[in-house]
Amino acid sequence: MKILVCISNVPDTTTKIKFAEGNTSIDTAGIQWVINPWDELSLTRALELKDDVTSGIKSVTVIHVGTAASEPTIRKALAIGADDAIRVNAISSDAWFVAAQIAEVVKKEQFELIMCGIESSDYNGSIVGGMISEFLGIPSVSAVSDIKIENGQPVLIREIDGGKEVVNVPVPFVAIVQKGIAKEPRIAAMRGIMMARSKPVKLIEPVAVDPMTQVVEFEKPAPRAACKFVDADNPAQLLDLLQNEAKVI
Amino acid sequence: MSVLVYTENWDGKFKKLSFELVSYATGIAKMLNTTVTAVSIGRVDEGELSRLGNYGANKIINVNNEQLAVLDSQAYASVISEISGKENASVIVISNNNTGKAIAPRISVRLKAGVGSGVSRLPLNLNPFTVYKRVCSGSAFAHLVIKSDVKILTLAQNSYDLIETPVNATIENLNPVVDGSLLKTVVKNVQKQSGRILLTDADIVVSGGRGMKSPDNWPPLVELATLLGAATACSRPVSDEGWRPHEEHTGQTGKIIAPNLYIAVGISGATQHLAGISSSKYIVAINSDKDAPIFEAAQYGIVGDAMKVLPKLIEAVKEIKK
Repeated sequence: MKILVCISNVPDTTTKIKFAEGNTSIDTAGIQWVINPWDELSLTRALELKDDVTSGIKSVTVIHVGTAASEPTIRKALAIGADDAIRVNAISSDAWFVAAQIAEVVKKEQFELIMCGIESSDYNGSIVGGMISEFLGIPSVSAVSDIKIENGQPVLIREIDGGKEVVNVPVPFVAIVQKGIAKEPRIAAMRGIMMARSKPVKLIEPVAVDPMTQVVEFEKPAPRAACKFVDADNPAQLLDLLQNEAKVI
Repeated sequence: MSVLVYTENWDGKFKKLSFELVSYATGIAKMLNTTVTAVSIGRVDEGELSRLGNYGANKIINVNNEQLAVLDSQAYASVISEISGKENASVIVISNNNTGKAIAPRISVRLKAGVGSGVSRLPLNLNPFTVYKRVCSGSAFAHLVIKSDVKILTLAQNSYDLIETPVNATIENLNPVVDGSLLKTVVKNVQKQSGRILLTDADIVVSGGRGMKSPDNWPPLVELATLLGAATACSRPVSDEGWRPHEEHTGQTGKIIAPNLYIAVGISGATQHLAGISSSKYIVAINSDKDAPIFEAAQYGIVGDAMKVLPKLIEAVKEIKK
């Protein structure tokens, strides 16, 4: 079984976001780029599965749609332990464009398990994984918090309101993974960093697809009013504010 | 033309989320000068279905088909897409919850419809169709233009007020033939906790961080939550340490919530945590460090040790509940 892990290149969460070109784009100057946190956990779980020889996972490939500027993020994924990488050489205009590109690659190369993070921390779309599966006409399971391979068959945990379900689905399929899929992201060891330099990154030119959406303006959230402090010995005052000013209790 | 809204049910009942969706769909329908059709999948009785009319659903399509008893995103997407075509929907409204995230992108591909996900306001503009959505995990918002003829919007939970606009809804029963080859998801086992307020549904949330110092210190926090009818939550270090279950983790990679009131106890307010709670209408912070970033996000604050403040706060709540 071969696993494909989709990774997105996003600004580190602690980066201060600034806008450029009249608030129509994110200012990339000074941004620290990282693997999208959910994709990093997804990659970690894929590698854990491969480490278990009984799982029958042959390889873990990462795929990214982006320009050469994303190379460091791809190398990081390889350093963490992916066997090889595919980069579709294009600006990732929107979810539709990205999903269409990845689906096109999967049509040509066989993968049984395709893993996507449930969301990217930049556009917070939660749509690419589901789109890939529909472009391919294969099943998808969303909100997956665990994947095991038992007797060659994937067994998933799907999070539902107030609980979880054990779900089976035949391969090939797309697993859209969330918190819980791996405990902590795997960190690249020095050996991995050295090896990553010689691992193959296949470059693929995009197919022609028109994006469906476009951000025309960014704005900052409205600033919140300054915090009103209440004396620690007088919590009744806090309740008074919550009852009569905020009217929330 | 119409606005289509998918209203999920929970054991045959709708909840606030369902009515928020219909209120939102009705708001868009008014902008477009058209009507609202709601789609319900599963066994929901007529009385419950007609409640959707209170929020403006003109027509309710009731799909009751045993093949759809289990959420299979492929099958659900096919049924909703087909109904959308018949209803000539120009906008489809779905929740941005787990179910919505599973089916909206699949409907998108079927109908070649662009998605605006996690919207929290009515569209800013109809031409070009522009929606307002949260990006960068809450540190920015974007005006997103959707270029396709049909648009799919997923609505962030607790972000749109319920608006009662009663109409006489007609209920149409539909029993579509579901292509068996689309039904691939097999659910082997379900574990569900009942009787607890779901974090994502809660109007009030009481949440604890590392400042709680030990998992043994949680009883007063839980007591406060019970008194307020609140759900309990926690920060990431707390769930990573195993002090609280990971379902309670609220923050960028955990649950994103938007309650009316969020009480953060012993939470410093790292960017990742704020990403999960910044849409709360009011934030109360209780922290021993007066310089903690949580106070920048909070409207009300108490500087003090959680273990000393909580008992006093509990007593004060008991006093007003008398």
